[in-house]
Amino acid sequence: MHARVLPAGVPAPVSVTIASARLTYGGAPLFEDLSLRLEPAAVTCLLGPSGVGKTTLLRLIAGLTDLEPPTTVTAGDGLPLAGRVAYMAQQDLLLPWLSVLDNVLLGAKLRGERRSPALVDEAHGLLERVGLPGRAGDRPAALSGGQRQRVALARTLVERRPVVLMDEPFSALDAITRLRLQELAAELLAGRTVLLVTHDPLEALRIGHFVHVMSGGPAVVGAALEPPGVPPRAPDDAAVLAMQGELLRRLAG
Amino acid sequence: MRLMRALVTLAVLLTAWHALVWATGLPRFILPGPLAVADALQRNAGLLAQHAATTLSEILVGLALGVLLGTASAILLASVRGARRWLMPLLVVSQAIPVFALAPLLVLWLGYGMASKIAMATLVIYFPVTTALFDGLRRTEPGWLDLARTMGASGASTLWHIRLPAALPALASGIRVAAAVAPIGAVIGEWVGSSSGLGYLMLHANARMQVDLLFAALFVLGAFAVALYAATDALLRRALPWLPDSHAFDEKD
Repeated sequence: MHARVLPAGVPAPVSVTIASARLTYGGAPLFEDLSLRLEPAAVTCLLGPSGVGKTTLLRLIAGLTDLEPPTTVTAGDGLPLAGRVAYMAQQDLLLPWLSVLDNVLLGAKLRGERRSPALVDEAHGLLERVGLPGRAGDRPAALSGGQRQRVALARTLVERRPVVLMDEPFSALDAITRLRLQELAAELLAGRTVLLVTHDPLEALRIGHFVHVMSGGPAVVGAALEPPGVPPRAPDDAAVLAMQGELLRRLAG
Repeated sequence: MRLMRALVTLAVLLTAWHALVWATGLPRFILPGPLAVADALQRNAGLLAQHAATTLSEILVGLALGVLLGTASAILLASVRGARRWLMPLLVVSQAIPVFALAPLLVLWLGYGMASKIAMATLVIYFPVTTALFDGLRRTEPGWLDLARTMGASGASTLWHIRLPAALPALASGIRVAAAVAPIGAVIGEWVGSSSGLGYLMLHANARMQVDLLFAALFVLGAFAVALYAATDALLRRALPWLPDSHAFDEKD
């Protein structure tokens, strides 16, 4: 296993609490009085059937959907969450006309920040850590699906946001690529508060500190399962396998 | 291979044309044969070149103006909500008026010189460019917009760095259409009233029963349209190297 290195320059860990969350869709409540807490510097996984509102919940925290009263999203330190969240989706969302390096540094470009040599060095360093050294000048079209998602991971990390929201980031990848990327993500995201929405119980149990199941209509978030040991856990870890049964029972409702 | 096919098609058409003239014995002033046209082309090369220069400048200036104005309008429509609400109906209604019906007015207002023809070409180019780019700007991948929002990008920055580059292939289609219709605008303008240009030459030749010269002018005009389309296509493909080839090539074959 890789050495656990806390990335330099990551802001202090912060917890995130969603309370009294309410969302009505077409007149019917998707969820009501729902709450979820993301522990600081931990990976919280959210599983559940399609259409239960997992992605919507993630978008609420990301500030991509307007909050419906009385929903509140608060950070543990009392400061606003805006500008402290990084987002990673199922699609890699790489811009096809930019090089890999420019894609990694997209945030700085969009905010009109100067591209300092230190920032470029950091981007190159991150590309190396996600296993893509020497590919900085390539266009995304030249990369495989797994490589593209690695670039997306580097782009998420270079933002230095304390909170990272991931919406099924590995679900479009083949099994082996997915296992490798889970390991890489668990390692590189250490120290950040992460919400990972996923369909894959094994993925949740491998890299989550807390694993919640969201189900029902209106939906509720169940109590957390806490797999023992430090992520990333091996896929054939006895505890992981045992908990997978329990998790599948909870998912089946 | 493509060139070969084009040459074969051309040869078949010319032979059929020649055979038609020979079989029906149509007089030269009704339908001249291909050889007569080639002869006229050669005899009047200087005259044709002089008038072609006028028409070509009208087309090129009209194309430049139309693309510039169309691009500016589309960006305005896409970025200012009020502009969309007020200008979109106006734009659509303006297209209900046949632009060619305006030609006499334009000649009246702008005179017999190049200005009225440039205005004419600009008008026919403006609409396809505006609608193509506006459609492109409205169809940005939503995931990219989400990403930009979480990265803290302003609306203007998102427009410049994401929506506009993403809409360039759509703009390119608009410009290709524009390049094909631009000569029509210029020639119609010349028919209505002018003292030089291929359209003027065609009218003049027609009135004097020099139908072979009329065909020669038509041939030059056709060559312009094809050359303009090919040049635009090559230029746009070079400007958008990240676009998969299937997009750029399949339209032509």
